Amino acid sequence: MASATLETRENRRAWGFVTPALLWTVAFFVIPFIVMAAISLATRKGRELVMAWNLDNYIAFFEKAHLLKGLFVSLEITFTVTLISVVLAYPLAWIIAERIPQKWQRMALIMAILPFWTSYVVRSYSWLLVLAKNGVINNTLMHIGLIAEPLELASTRSATVIGFVHFFVMLLTLTIYANLVQMPPNYRRAAADLGANGFQVFWHVVLPLTLPGIMVGAFLTFVLCIGDYITPQILGGNNELALPQIIMLQLGRRADFPMAATLSIILMVVVTLAYIACARWLKMERT
Amino acid sequence: MFRHVSTGKTRNKLLGGAATMLLGALAIVPSAQATEELNALVWCDHTDPALIAPFEKKYDVKVNLKEYEGTGAGLSIIEQSRAGDWDVMVIDGVDVHRAVDMGILAEIPADALPTADLFPEVVMADNNMVDGKTYAVTEKFGYNTISFDKTKVDPKDMEDMSVIWSDKYAGRIAVYDYYLPVIGLVGLGLDIDTADLGADDMPAIKEKLFAMKKASKQVGEVVSSQTALATGEVDILVGGGEWITAVLSEDKPNLDWVIPKQGGLRWAQSIAVMKDSEKPDLALKFVQYILSPEGQARLATSSCYWGMPANAKAGANLTDAQKSALRWDDQEGYLANSQLYPIPDADLDAQMQDAWVEMLQQ
Repeated sequence: MASATLETRENRRAWGFVTPALLWTVAFFVIPFIVMAAISLATRKGRELVMAWNLDNYIAFFEKAHLLKGLFVSLEITFTVTLISVVLAYPLAWIIAERIPQKWQRMALIMAILPFWTSYVVRSYSWLLVLAKNGVINNTLMHIGLIAEPLELASTRSATVIGFVHFFVMLLTLTIYANLVQMPPNYRRAAADLGANGFQVFWHVVLPLTLPGIMVGAFLTFVLCIGDYITPQILGGNNELALPQIIMLQLGRRADFPMAATLSIILMVVVTLAYIACARWLKMERT
Repeated sequence: MFRHVSTGKTRNKLLGGAATMLLGALAIVPSAQATEELNALVWCDHTDPALIAPFEKKYDVKVNLKEYEGTGAGLSIIEQSRAGDWDVMVIDGVDVHRAVDMGILAEIPADALPTADLFPEVVMADNNMVDGKTYAVTEKFGYNTISFDKTKVDPKDMEDMSVIWSDKYAGRIAVYDYYLPVIGLVGLGLDIDTADLGADDMPAIKEKLFAMKKASKQVGEVVSSQTALATGEVDILVGGGEWITAVLSEDKPNLDWVIPKQGGLRWAQSIAVMKDSEKPDLALKFVQYILSPEGQARLATSSCYWGMPANAKAGANLTDAQKSALRWDDQEGYLANSQLYPIPDADLDAQMQDAWVEMLQQ
């Protein structure tokens, strides 16, 4: 009897702790999501919003090549950025964790995350100046005689990728570094004692143990990159449109909220699929 | 014996406390803020403090400015706002009817405006009036044509619109990211008057738009287009005009613009009072200030972009160099060889916007 009362009291306490977060999630995620899903089933007729409750916008997305291409552009850019960022961040995190004396590691990490302190927009415009025809890179290459004509770097997909990588390498460095410093050094010593060479230690011990850090960083990179509007808008020169840019066009120029909602839901589905693919490493799966 | 030692933490607390008291004291000191506020939805030329400050000072008012590009964007902002949020709106002259149909503009007493002082060609009564009532007034105009760097391209080439979709200057062209004037320009290049442009013309226009995209380096809004031309990133700007080059005339005399033989697009921006404004009198005073010779001269030479003032009397407030950059004396010929923006219905507008996005995705 007493234990049942105690259980009830604890249940109430637990609900008391959970309820504010639950209300917050319902108010600012679940309800807006339901509204957005409902609007995606409406139709824009002239400047009127008609609640038609059909899938016309979803069908239009798959039928209109320029809309569908937006998704592929986003995916291509995102996968490229994630891959390059992982390849660059891993050695950087390794150097900070293993090669820099512990007393300087904090300073090294601060240096690594310095770009986070600058405004995202300012950073993108700065890259535009660096990559421009008469920017720092082209001027340097021409000055040392490596090229005769300036390279077309700005207003390209490469410019967008560079802008993204600059930002996300820092994010990935942090997540991988956190994983590396938590790894007991005995594991590597044990592997070496058993005859593994340097590469084998890395491949069979270090890499599998740091995979969660890589995947967490890669997932965050994927989510932030695929939903970003600013970098492709500033650095891409509108030479191709990523999905967030097309969503902004629907809102800003056409006030076509149903199509914008449809594209946003599609973007959310893609992010959800990425989450499911990474869930094992994000340690959120049910076991 | 006790020694009073002020530790770092204690000092921080003291400083924190002092800062809090100071902020509290500042909060109760009467501020020198303006007594009224006016909310204006405008194009970027109105955000120049040199234009707005004299009005704010004269009427002891704070003008809150929200900048937008393109009527669609402006109407979208209004749809997402509450009634009464906006007092004044700057709008494309050709879109005034659209705004009146939406019921968002207030009638302006005709006798409150200096219509007789405006250049007759830009009064545009058909656009600014509905059923004999005035809902807006033209404040500034200019041309969407071809801007270029005359030291890097042959100016003769720029006199033919077809240069924008040819290969001759491939990779050296920027396109102004506003579908209406650029589609209108392409239409003129195909010998289609803007007033006659219809859905049947869209396949041919799309073909040329795609060719133009293939030859271009970038498609950008006002600032990035202007920057690209000024920094030499590109040598030609499609959709440009004096509004891009005049403001740079002193620093960049190498930049020029031309109306091709097929003609150019004439843009005309109007200013209107919002129907739901809670300060209609102040809003009208703002419109009158903008239309005054002083306001017009400041607007014509605004830091964002220059353009011809609608009020001919503004000439007295402009220097010879400014009038020369605006090509004040050539306006007669330009007005004769330019057409207003296309005015598409909702369906054609949707087709144009789809074509534009398709072009961007090429």
